Amino acid sequence: MRRPGKPVLLGLGLVALALAPVGQTDYILYILSSWLVFAIAAVGLNLTLGYAGQISLAQASFMGIGAYTVALLTLAGVPWLVAMPAGVLLCFLVGLALGFPALRVQGHFLAFVTLAFNTLFFLVARNEDWLTGGPYGLSGMPRPDFWLFNTDPNLPFYYFTLIVFVISSALMWGIVRSPWGRAFKALRENPIRAESLGLDTRRITLLAFAIGSAYAGLAGAMFSPLVQYIEPGSFSFVQSLRVLLMVVVGGSGFFFGPVLGAAVVILLPEFLRFTEGYYLMIYATMVILLMVFCPSGLIGLGQRLRDRFRPGRELRGDMKQGAQL
Amino acid sequence: MLELKDLHGGYGKITILNGVNFVIPKASITTVIGPNGAGKSTVFKAIFGLLNIHSGQVLLDGQDVTRASPAQMIGHGVTYVPQGRNVIPQLSVWHNLELGGITSPDQARVRARMEEVMDQFPMLRQRRNQKAIELSGGQQKQLEIARALLLDPRLILIDEPSIGLSPNLVQEVFATLIRLRDQGVTVLMVEQNAKAALAMSDYGLVLELGQTRMHDRAETLLADPRVGHLFLGGHIEEG
Repeated sequence: MRRPGKPVLLGLGLVALALAPVGQTDYILYILSSWLVFAIAAVGLNLTLGYAGQISLAQASFMGIGAYTVALLTLAGVPWLVAMPAGVLLCFLVGLALGFPALRVQGHFLAFVTLAFNTLFFLVARNEDWLTGGPYGLSGMPRPDFWLFNTDPNLPFYYFTLIVFVISSALMWGIVRSPWGRAFKALRENPIRAESLGLDTRRITLLAFAIGSAYAGLAGAMFSPLVQYIEPGSFSFVQSLRVLLMVVVGGSGFFFGPVLGAAVVILLPEFLRFTEGYYLMIYATMVILLMVFCPSGLIGLGQRLRDRFRPGRELRGDMKQGAQL
Repeated sequence: MLELKDLHGGYGKITILNGVNFVIPKASITTVIGPNGAGKSTVFKAIFGLLNIHSGQVLLDGQDVTRASPAQMIGHGVTYVPQGRNVIPQLSVWHNLELGGITSPDQARVRARMEEVMDQFPMLRQRRNQKAIELSGGQQKQLEIARALLLDPRLILIDEPSIGLSPNLVQEVFATLIRLRDQGVTVLMVEQNAKAALAMSDYGLVLELGQTRMHDRAETLLADPRVGHLFLGGHIEEG
């Protein structure tokens, strides 16, 4: 039976997101926008990792491709609405090209290939001054102006980010709830089972990786006008690990996991700033404890607590095998 | 209907099948039996395009389908139900069923077939919104069979349908397979529960060490003392 709680929670969440910036300083608005931008990248990685079961360590480099594409085009006078799809499409195509050879091999080969790709991207961005501005990066990218809705001030930009976040999340919801999205689950849980349905597991995994990369491109396309200054360090391997951390901490394979994870990674350090010099130590300890005691992330922890206080239907003994599948 | 000619194959360079030969007629149930490691499940995977065929042929109604991919085999009207539980536990019965037709370009036809299949399995209609994990083992197996029927298959390859099921649930599953045979579907089944499976089959096939050792009517195999001997750790003598 469908529980009415979920749509209500979703509605409350959206209202909270709409009210969050009211009366806040520019710095808080920047942090909130930053959270939503990284949440888009993490939602994309969740498709690759949580649904298709492949580890990508290049999410930041795809953000970089999106960010540099949008920066270069908008600095040349191209409107953001044209530059953004170009960046997203480029990331999708690079994702296909990178994933095609990598996914021919079983196991964690994609992780190694993407790790190398992120390093390569960083080196290219740092050394090809003529294109990327080298270590000095690119600056002064204009924020989108939609005639009656100019996103240049921080508050409208936050709402613009929120709109993009909601649309991209709704699209991802459509993907994971479609028959093909359900096929991702079949694939993650048992490749032989997926193949018995006639699914080309390699093609589906490649598609998941390319879509996940395109989401990073979209996040990059938002990051560029958000910070209005990009340099290679913003898209290094460490940043890819941060996005991975968002997915894992929030709950890989859960739809809202990456959004929550991005909040932990982006917002929690800010909340802990009152502890001054200790905030990073406290933050790191909290993340380690979470991963040790609840490897399924915050959403998994929430589900465990819910099951403890409100046990659901008890499964019959002969279904235990099914439960483990 | 289905013919295997001197089929050799295995996982990568490792050879498991060393010359499998058989012909199974249309609208019949054939059970493949044999000791562990005989290559029973491997034959299915080879037919369905899930592993390397080194040599030999797979013919479907005279058409050469050797090395066809799983998606192509489904297009040829062949479906495969692997060993173990193959439903997606967290998805509803309806969504599990839907996955059976995911590769079809005609989704309207798939929707219509879903309704028809639900007519064949009324239990599924009653539980269409329930999660698959909430079904009993026998019901889950029926869901898998129903899913395999979604694209109107000519041939179903079903690997150990009785595994993990209580005897009365096994009878339920076997009754479903007999009903399908009566509707014109050809069933090729691997089964460890040899006696019960042969009792409901038309034909039996004994595999040993990746080779066809015996192929006859099921009742003939049931009465053959060499079959019992094989399952007690013996071998079938040549000739």
